Amino acid sequence: MSEDVLVIGGGIAGIQASLDLAEMGKKVYLVEKKPSIGGIMAQLDKTFPTNDCSI
Amino acid sequence: MEEKLRIGVFVCNCGTNIGGFLDVPEVAEYSKTLPGVVYVKENLFTCSESGVNEIKEGIKNNNLNRVVVAACTPLTHEPTFRAACEEAGLNPYLFEFVNIREQCSWVHKNEREEATQKAKDLVRMGVARASKLEPKDRITAGVIPSALVIGGGISGLSAALSLANRGFKVKLIEKEKKLGGLVKSLYKIYPENINAEEYINQKINEVKKNKNINVFTSTEIKNVGGYIGNYKVKAENDKGNELNFDIGVIIVATGAKTLSPEGLFSYDGKKVIDMLQLEDKLKNDGISQYKNFVMILCAGSRNNERVYCSRICCMSAIKNALLIKEKNPESKIFILYRDLQAYGTTNEETLRRAKINGIRFVNYSLNKLPEVEDNTVRVYNEILGKELLIPADLIILATPLVAPEDNENLSKKLKVTLDENGFYLEAHIKLRPLDFSTNGIYVCGTAHWPASTEESTTQALGAAARSSIHLEKKYVMVEPIVSSVYYEDECRGCGLCASLCPSNAIEMVETPKGVKAKVIEVACRGCGICGASCYRHAIRMNHFSDEQIKAQIRAFLEE
Repeated sequence: MSEDVLVIGGGIAGIQASLDLAEMGKKVYLVEKKPSIGGIMAQLDKTFPTNDCSI
Repeated sequence: MEEKLRIGVFVCNCGTNIGGFLDVPEVAEYSKTLPGVVYVKENLFTCSESGVNEIKEGIKNNNLNRVVVAACTPLTHEPTFRAACEEAGLNPYLFEFVNIREQCSWVHKNEREEATQKAKDLVRMGVARASKLEPKDRITAGVIPSALVIGGGISGLSAALSLANRGFKVKLIEKEKKLGGLVKSLYKIYPENINAEEYINQKINEVKKNKNINVFTSTEIKNVGGYIGNYKVKAENDKGNELNFDIGVIIVATGAKTLSPEGLFSYDGKKVIDMLQLEDKLKNDGISQYKNFVMILCAGSRNNERVYCSRICCMSAIKNALLIKEKNPESKIFILYRDLQAYGTTNEETLRRAKINGIRFVNYSLNKLPEVEDNTVRVYNEILGKELLIPADLIILATPLVAPEDNENLSKKLKVTLDENGFYLEAHIKLRPLDFSTNGIYVCGTAHWPASTEESTTQALGAAARSSIHLEKKYVMVEPIVSSVYYEDECRGCGLCASLCPSNAIEMVETPKGVKAKVIEVACRGCGICGASCYRHAIRMNHFSDEQIKAQIRAFLEE
């Protein structure tokens, strides 16, 4: 069985899943249909409740 | 011979977060005049891909041997910038972070000139400290491939199963006699209305059958020592037997309990009951003798004493109201609410269904609480602006989930924090929502905050996944920002540092020169308490040495 993982969607959920898998030592392919990853969160300025910048 | 300093300074605008409130070009220009600085670059967002590339190129093209970034906080972007240094071939601990946002531009929004001056001071101090930085290597240590799950409710069971099915050994500890937790007392689980008892029993059986899981009921944690990858846990069962476990990671799934309704709305446990008692009545066909039901939401929550919302009571009330209607279509049910939380895709639909089925919703306010009288509830309806008298045979109070008192005790043993309501507090609500700030310990379910069965399970699977990163990797890497008994000859072996260390990271060892303190580097979290307390100044904090801090203070006093 191949141990590689495909993550579809490069928003905050896809990015976090990819990072955790990569940290585990798995090879991850992160696919995003838009030209850049980040999703909706990359368009936000500050996020609730800690008000840190989300980029 | 000491290498000649070649410091690069990167000043971030953070869009307008910094650039909008102080003169970034002036700060950048000023940085060029500081001793050792050979390269300065202003970025729109230093943390963006282009900003990070500018750091890397800056290092390569100018042979930089120190990097200073003046931007936001280490919590958000120190890892980003350290990684940039590392990728460009520079030791990541030769990087210094200067905060000119939280500690400058944001707090001096109306003082542009002074803010600019302060930013210059901060950068000057940062550059001075950077000059004294030393390269460091990360510390690695092995991980014992087994997990401890504390709590045998739905969260603990789910986390234990998930880890066991990945092939890791799990010790599951429950302080009650039986596994199952709160779900055991429920009738049906929202939203699919599955039978709670069947569901939890099936999980319990799976856990009991799983060869990778050892279950210990009637057992409590006595002491937790060690550190990520190598925890030493002592527990004791009701027979007084002591159990010792060597553990790599720990998951806290100790759950919550419902607030006792004693003293609320004339609670008597007979005519006025709480939601768990209603679940019990539904389970045992004990509602057929009632016709008029009144549920009071937010009973004992969202008030001065307990400000938070328990999140799950609105939907469990609506769920149970529908179940009553199902069993007894003639019944009349009033739900008295302050605000209804029917978030998400399914909840609103369920609320609509409840209204269609004739369940009545009456709004009340905290200022005019409903009053329970003989066979009626008197409530002032905020929307009608009128007082209503509602007939009531059975009154059900939706009390909130509250943190068990024992959290205080266990959190101290685990060296993790609680929030102001006594629930376990995560490391960061967005960056590390299931981790504690103590590495290697995770939280899930209602131990964390009031959550539904579905949410608790989701968190349990998440905590299992997060913790399995270390189990899978078999080693942990720890920041080399630790203390060291640098001037060992000065150490007289008094043991003060070891007794004060909150991380149990100092042991007293026998050496040819007598008893000396020794730092267990992987356990040390670099808090500095030992360094500050050592009256012989034998202890030095790596990466925050006296020399580095003095350089910073001197630089501040220079101007």
